[in-house]
Formats: sequence, C-alpha cells, structure tokens
Amino acid sequence: MVAIAEKIHGSRSRFQFVFDRPRVLGAAFLTPAILYILLLVGLPFLLAVYYALSAYTIYNPSYHFVGLRNFVEVVESDIFRRTLLNTFIFTIGSQILGLILGKFGALLVLRPFPGRKIVRALIILPWAVPIALATVAWEWMFDSLYSVINWTLIALGLMSRADAPNWLGEPGLAMLCVIIVNAWRFFPFAIVIFLAGITAVPQDVLDAATVDGAGFWRRNYQIIVPIIAPIVVVGLIFGTVFTFTDLSIVYLLTNGGPVNATPVLGNLGFQIGILSGDVAHGAAVSLFMFPVLFLLVIVMLRFIRRREI
Amino acid sequence: MPRIVNTAIKEGSFYATVAFFVVLAAFPFYWMLITAFKTNADLYDVTNIPFWFNAPPTLEHFRYLFGQTLFARWLLNSLIVGVCVVGITLATAIPAGYALTRLTGRNGEALGIGIFLTYLVPPTLLFLPLSRIITWLGLENSMWSLVLVYPTFTIPFCTWLLMGFFKTVPREVEEAAIVDGCSLFGSFVKMVLPLSLPAILTIVIFTFTLTLQEFVYALTFISASAQKPITLGVATDLVRGDIYYWGELMAGALIASVPVAIAYNLFLDRFIAGITGGAVK
Repeated sequence: MVAIAEKIHGSRSRFQFVFDRPRVLGAAFLTPAILYILLLVGLPFLLAVYYALSAYTIYNPSYHFVGLRNFVEVVESDIFRRTLLNTFIFTIGSQILGLILGKFGALLVLRPFPGRKIVRALIILPWAVPIALATVAWEWMFDSLYSVINWTLIALGLMSRADAPNWLGEPGLAMLCVIIVNAWRFFPFAIVIFLAGITAVPQDVLDAATVDGAGFWRRNYQIIVPIIAPIVVVGLIFGTVFTFTDLSIVYLLTNGGPVNATPVLGNLGFQIGILSGDVAHGAAVSLFMFPVLFLLVIVMLRFIRRREI
Repeated sequence: MPRIVNTAIKEGSFYATVAFFVVLAAFPFYWMLITAFKTNADLYDVTNIPFWFNAPPTLEHFRYLFGQTLFARWLLNSLIVGVCVVGITLATAIPAGYALTRLTGRNGEALGIGIFLTYLVPPTLLFLPLSRIITWLGLENSMWSLVLVYPTFTIPFCTWLLMGFFKTVPREVEEAAIVDGCSLFGSFVKMVLPLSLPAILTIVIFTFTLTLQEFVYALTFISASAQKPITLGVATDLVRGDIYYWGELMAGALIASVPVAIAYNLFLDRFIAGITGGAVK
C-alpha cells in the first residue's frame, strides 16, 4: 500500500515538473503541431525536390538521380512555356480585375444604407461557397447552347443566335472566362481586405491632419495609404498565391482546353504527375511555382514585421 | 431645384452600382437555385425565358440526387472528414497557439509566423509527394487520406487565429489561478480554455468550411465514388459520359453551398481578423 502511494506521489511530482515549467510545457504543447507540419509539409516538399531530380514514375519507382535533366526537358517543351505564360496571364488578369471590383465594392459597402447587411451577405457569397461548386454553376452559365448570358444578349438584340459565342470553346474567350470566374471568386475577399484597411485608419488622426491643413490628396497618400498598405498587401499576396497555384477553376471549366489554351501550372503538374504517372516531370513542373511563392513570402514577411513594430 | 436633381442622380447611381454588385455576386447562386427546381423540359428549351419558371417547379432533381446517386453518402463522407479534421486541429492548434503566445517568449512570435507561412504552401506543390505517401500508407482511394492531409492547412491557419486571441486574454487571470495553487497547465485548462470558447467555436466552424471547400487533394487522392467528399462528388461524378445533368448538378451544388455560406457570414469578421493578423481592432 505504502509503496503504491509513494509511486503515485512520485509520478505526480514528475508531471508537476512538466506542468509548471513554461519552457517544458511550451515544448510539449508545440510538439504535435510542429511534428505534423514537418512530416506532412516539410518532408513532402523535400520529396518533391528529390522526385524532380530523379527518374521516378509510378510504374518504375527508381530514385535514379538525373540532376536537372527533368527541368531542362520541361522548359524545352512548348506546352510548358504556354502554360507558364497562361499562369501569369490568369493570375495577373484576375487579380487586377478582382482588385478593381474590390476597391469599388468596399467604397459602396462603407456607406450606411438600408439593407446594407443583406447586401454584404450576398456580396460575400462568391468567396464563401466552395469554388468547385460555384465553377460548375458558371460552366452551366457558359453552356454552348443554353447559356443564360447568350440568351440575354440575344434578347437585348445585341447579337443573333447564329453568332452567339461559344464561351468555353474558343481559346481567347475560354481564357477570359477562367479569369472572370477567378476574379469573381476573389473580389469579395478584396472588398473585405480593403474594408479592414479603411476601418483601421483612426478618424482623429484624419481630423487632426485636416485641421493642420492637409488636403484630400495629402490625407490620402500620407496617412490613409501608409496605414492600409500592409493589410492590403498581405491580402493581395494571399489572393495571388492562391490564384497562382490553383487548378480547380481551370480543371472544371475547360480542363485546359480548347487546344491547350488555358492550362495553368497546377493543371500541367496534375496532368503529368498524377494522370500520366510521371512523378519526376510533374514535380519539376510544380516546383516552377516555388520562386514566385518565395518572392511573395519575402515581401509578405517584410510587411508582417513592419506592422508589429 | 438643380440641387435636388443632382442628389437624385447621385443616389440613383449609387443604388445602381450596389445593384450591379449584388447581381454580379449572387446571380450564379440564383441560377443554381432556379435550375435545381426546373423541369428538364423547361431547362432545355431556348425559347423559354430562362430567369423564371415556364412550367411548375419540381423536386425531381432532388429525388434523383438522393435516390439514384451517392449524394447522401458524399454528405456523410464530408461530415466524417470534417469532424475528424476538426478534432485533430483542435488537439494540436490550441496547445500550439497558447504555447507560442505565452510559453516560448520572443521566439514564439517568429515561430508562429513560420507556422502561418506553411498555410501558403500550396496543394499543387505537395500533391505529388503526398499522393506517394498516401499510397505507401495504404490510404489511396480512401477518405481517411483527407483526414490525414487536411490538418496540414487547418493547423497553421487555426494556430495563427488562436495566437491572436490568446494575446487578448489578460495575464492576471492566469496569475490569479497560479497564486490559488493551480499549476501552469491547470490555469490553462481551468481559466484560459473556458475564456477561449468563442475563439474555439470560430476555429471549429472555419476548419469545417475549409475541409468542405478543399478540392485539389480530394481530386488527387480519391477516384472511388463512394469515398468522395461532397464537393468532389458533385463536381466530378454527376456528369455521366459527356452529358451534363444540370438540374441534379445545381441541386447538389445548392445543398452543399448553403451551410458554408451561412457559416461564413456569421464568422466573417473573426476570419478577417485572423488573416490580417489581428492588426484590425
């Protein structure tokens, strides 16, 4: 009896050591999260690099080291260069469109008016609803025969049924559609980010500047812009990263077609690495995202640090 | 008089712009809604006005969805995946967020930013190696692969969100508990956790919606219909051959969208505070 009681007492004090030391408890609290991320983000990333430098396919899983050959082969292929260009057009186009819509939208929602809450709830929908599902709805709106957009244009007398466009069937139009859907998906996010920035500007500072004789432009560029810039930049980087690396909109809307007009890096990596099983080349294609991501993260870090001071 | 005209024009153009934005944002969902309830004869007739019912509305698409497809199974799969991922996320992100704000000193902030940045590592960079890892673990074509992988983005996001929250809990609360004889761990469990319930509820909701929104990993790991989550099932499995059954597709998309839309609107402000890192008061 005594021995057991002592043992319990002993183990209790051992836990006490964990429970009372901030550093020990902190390490114990952090370990699961850090392990999860190291094992399922860090390790896969290193594996991706290794695959890209090897001749690994799912049919012939050899780790035979081939150096940069995969990268060279990828760069030399026309489809890859086309895809890289597409990715930049897709990202830049939809971010600019989304930001313009976001800026205007934010200015609208800022002003109180009856029904503002409902309007806000409706405007946020494109960003809230799973994008794969919304994309299917857009696909139906772009349908070659029953497109509601074409129906409206015809009903308004702007075109005849004979020359109604096949939105997803023509290369230029298909790219435009993909960009529109992505901008549509992101503009509510941009609105929200702009709002967060604008409401972060303290009114008393603005008033003080006005009293001191600062005009509209001066207030705008020396007070408002510097305050909202970090928030907007962080938001913009989020948008850019998720657009640049996305594959779902293109996959569902056009699946890269027509005639390779729309695939982005994510699609090509998926096509080569998963569907064709050529893991090595697929990984090489995916890794071409890394320099852009790296740059964006550096910019973002600067802004996060600056904000904390 | 010209002044009144001026205001009228200003107000008119303001509300016209608001209307433009609402239509732009919400029309695809209205289109989902109306398509889901239309009869096929009504849908596939270019002479009909598409914006309203030309024939009485019908529930046939919903009946088909629940009777002839795996739709109910997909809903269940999503629920299982969502609940498991929420569990894993809570168990790892709450202690991590607390440790990074209170227990690790100045290094905690930098480490926290490091963890948050992993949220930016995209699925399309990791899906190839992860799909090999999933195969080695024997989880290919199983929804449990998603339970394993989804926490890689929910843990960083929720840890960051919680760090912002734990900073607002006054230290005095914990100090008082420790003076009363609690251990550091005890004060966390008895004082900090109950105070954090609103934040915990927020991350439960967001983790769940993030799992519903995810598409890339699900597409990569799962091709067996019966294992698909709802988003993947609706987007890829309701197209038979080359024929799209738009009524069923839109009905499925509608059912899966509604809960996420409601959850987002309720918790939007906290989500923004999370992304902008608590810079906004």
